[in-house]
Amino acid sequence: MAAEMEPPPLGNAGETDFRELEDGEDLFVSTVTTLEYPEPSSPEPASLPAEDISINSNGPKQKDVSFDDDPEDLFAEATEEVSLDSPEREPILSDGPSPAITPVTPTTMLTPRMDLGARCRIEEDNNGDTFDIHIAVSDPEKVGDGMNAYMGYKVTTKTSMTIFNKNETTVRRRFSDFLGLHSKLASKYLHIGYIVPPAPEKSIVGMTKVKVGKEDLSSAEFVEKRRSALERYLMRTVKHPVLLKDPDVIMFLESSELPRAVSTQALSGAGILRMVNKAADAVNKMTIKMNESDAWFEEKHQQFENLDLQLRKLHASVESLVCHRKELSVNTASFAKSAAMLGNSEDHTALSRALSQLAEVEEKIDRLHQDQAYADFYLFSELLGDYVRLITAVKSVFDQRMKTWSKWQDTQLLLQKKRESEAKLQFANKPDKLQQAKDEIKELEGKVEQGEKDFELISKTIRKEVSRFEKERVKDFKAVIIKYLESLVQTQQQLIKYWEAFLPEAKAIA
Amino acid sequence: MMEEDREGLLRVSAHTIRVTEAVRDGDSLTFIVISQKLSGSGEYHVARTHEDFEWLQQCLFSQEEVPGVLGVIFPPLPAKPHLNASTKVLKQLGFLVMGKEWCTYCKALEIYLQQVAANTRLNKNKCLENFLTSSDAPGQQRVRKSIFNRLSQAVEGLRKEGHKDVDDFFQTERDNNFTLTGCSKSATERFLDVVLTEQKLAVACGHLSTCLHLCVEQRDDGTAQAFSQICVKLSEVVDLMKKNFENVAENNLSTLGLGLDLETRYQEAKKEMLYRRTCKLVELETASKNAERAKPIRKAAMDDLKMKSEKEFDQISGVAKQEIARFHSVHVKLLHQALILWCEKQLETAKETSASYSQHLQAFKDLGE
Repeated sequence: MAAEMEPPPLGNAGETDFRELEDGEDLFVSTVTTLEYPEPSSPEPASLPAEDISINSNGPKQKDVSFDDDPEDLFAEATEEVSLDSPEREPILSDGPSPAITPVTPTTMLTPRMDLGARCRIEEDNNGDTFDIHIAVSDPEKVGDGMNAYMGYKVTTKTSMTIFNKNETTVRRRFSDFLGLHSKLASKYLHIGYIVPPAPEKSIVGMTKVKVGKEDLSSAEFVEKRRSALERYLMRTVKHPVLLKDPDVIMFLESSELPRAVSTQALSGAGILRMVNKAADAVNKMTIKMNESDAWFEEKHQQFENLDLQLRKLHASVESLVCHRKELSVNTASFAKSAAMLGNSEDHTALSRALSQLAEVEEKIDRLHQDQAYADFYLFSELLGDYVRLITAVKSVFDQRMKTWSKWQDTQLLLQKKRESEAKLQFANKPDKLQQAKDEIKELEGKVEQGEKDFELISKTIRKEVSRFEKERVKDFKAVIIKYLESLVQTQQQLIKYWEAFLPEAKAIA
Repeated sequence: MMEEDREGLLRVSAHTIRVTEAVRDGDSLTFIVISQKLSGSGEYHVARTHEDFEWLQQCLFSQEEVPGVLGVIFPPLPAKPHLNASTKVLKQLGFLVMGKEWCTYCKALEIYLQQVAANTRLNKNKCLENFLTSSDAPGQQRVRKSIFNRLSQAVEGLRKEGHKDVDDFFQTERDNNFTLTGCSKSATERFLDVVLTEQKLAVACGHLSTCLHLCVEQRDDGTAQAFSQICVKLSEVVDLMKKNFENVAENNLSTLGLGLDLETRYQEAKKEMLYRRTCKLVELETASKNAERAKPIRKAAMDDLKMKSEKEFDQISGVAKQEIARFHSVHVKLLHQALILWCEKQLETAKETSASYSQHLQAFKDLGE
């Protein structure tokens, strides 16, 4: 990616924006609780630390540019990426009253009885290759010690598609690898209108606990939450017909060793510049008033705004459900204990036994509550969270189109000015300057043409992408909700078995 | 349950007593009490307020003429229901006030009346008859002073409670009762927490269902309609979840919740009886000491006192033993019934919910693309 070694031209593909500051926000948010979304509105330019970076220093040391406090990136290797969060993400603040999930569950929610693995067998016109690929992220293992430690994950790809070398590949990846992949994809595809699925979020608190070796429930839950998120992320990425064929994606899934040093350094230098550009962009975005000639875009934009709002509300509501269900689990367990004690104190043998059975039933019911809360969260809640983040990617793609339009318009204005000054030079009798002007005009005419083509292309791509996204959304929701309903049915049937077993015990009291 | 077998003394049959409903009249509740005539020729239908129940309880407490009455385990009367009470007060009343339309509270009153009517030492009281059969509300009548007032339990409480007993049977009973009172109270409170959380979950589901409805999109195109359909169908499921939580909570509080509440209050009533006896024991021991140490002039009087005290104590202990035996079978029965009813109701609800979920799951799978 040689292009990235140079400072990109203004307004060009400088879309890999580094949002270091988000990690600052991570510091104030506990892992297991609030999901962090980007704000739907434009970012405050003041939040960008761009002022501190000298534009002229190309490829400064990592440490200088790292506002990223995530030890995972900072301490691992010197050439470690800075923050490779999705460029389209704005400063993260939890939107609205996102009720915190208080980590009070005494027992683990880590072993789902239902398979949440992602499997896809959609048939698409893909060089005649039916879409058939299954990616699993598993076996999180801590590598190293102390603050240098990181979590390694096993990524297994099973596929029959010919673009892959083997039918089954297993590699080990760490979180920053995923972020790196996303960053590359975003820088390649976002600006031409492709909706690139956002990578899972970083979390300093969560990772620190894991590094420090805290083997408690909340860090186990954190790892599981992350593992699941990484799996969904990869599946969403490969479901995209264009991204699936991207060499970076294939390399990510197949190479035993992912090259890190080279690309990251390359990115970092350009990264700072992009950050600076983003500051400028932010200001621009607020002032770009696009003459929308296409009502479709206006409508869609509004539609996504609405959807965004609704999904967030929905998400908050589901989080509340998860929270209460966990509370129910705790209370049920507590009651089970006191029922057991009551049974022990009771003289009457049969009654005593019945009370002990009662306690056992309640314990079993508690486990059902936990399973259900797990499903609530990993199916329902995370789905909603994923889509809120995805919509941000969609909105960002719309923004890119605006920028493309803006660039085209700017070039046109420039051309006009050049023509005016050429006209003046005609009478000024400066043949050198006149020729120069004519050359510039020719160049600009080409650029204007290119600008218009770019705009039309991105508009066309976005239409296709939105259509694909919408279809995918329906499929996705339907599939997940079916799984969720299945979990409800399963839980309920198990509950019936428990009651049926208890009834004779209750009746057996003389 | 012992039925009254002496003619004319209680005209109703104890186990037919029902408190069928609570009628709200402004700020007060009136309970309809129905009982069947012993003669089989019909029923009595009266309306009573909580004050009327309190009057009855006071009457029972004032029965000085019943020998060893202090040894009776008085069926506990549920506390007065506050209609617009603070959360704290509601929490104290617990399960009894949480049910639909005061059903559980009525049930608790019903059990109270049945237990009073079934106790031979209590059911001969004219007040009970009056309460159950008279069309006039008895609550305004003056009540004799309660005999319990003489034994000011409050101040000397703790000292006497630990007083060692002269009888192993009673010492064991006191110790067991102490443990059981604690355990049942704890179990009741924790079960209350469970039920409250279930109610919270029902509310959360309602909220979620509303949010899902808000996601319905008005647009015409295929995907918008498909997505809207999904949201609507899902909200139907969430409504089911809500109903399920409500039913589960109602089942919980009206059966096991009530059972645990009764258990707790009955253990407390037993504790009070045992305490009264212990106080009498202390009184007896004091009287004995006084009699021993008395000067010849006073000795006769002191001896008399001692004898009186001894007689009362023996009567109380006699009654207490019978009451305790009866109590054991009653409390086992009550809890037994509660457990069975609880299990049956929850099983029924679970089956209903399961069928509904399965139906909706199928409908979801059938949703066209």
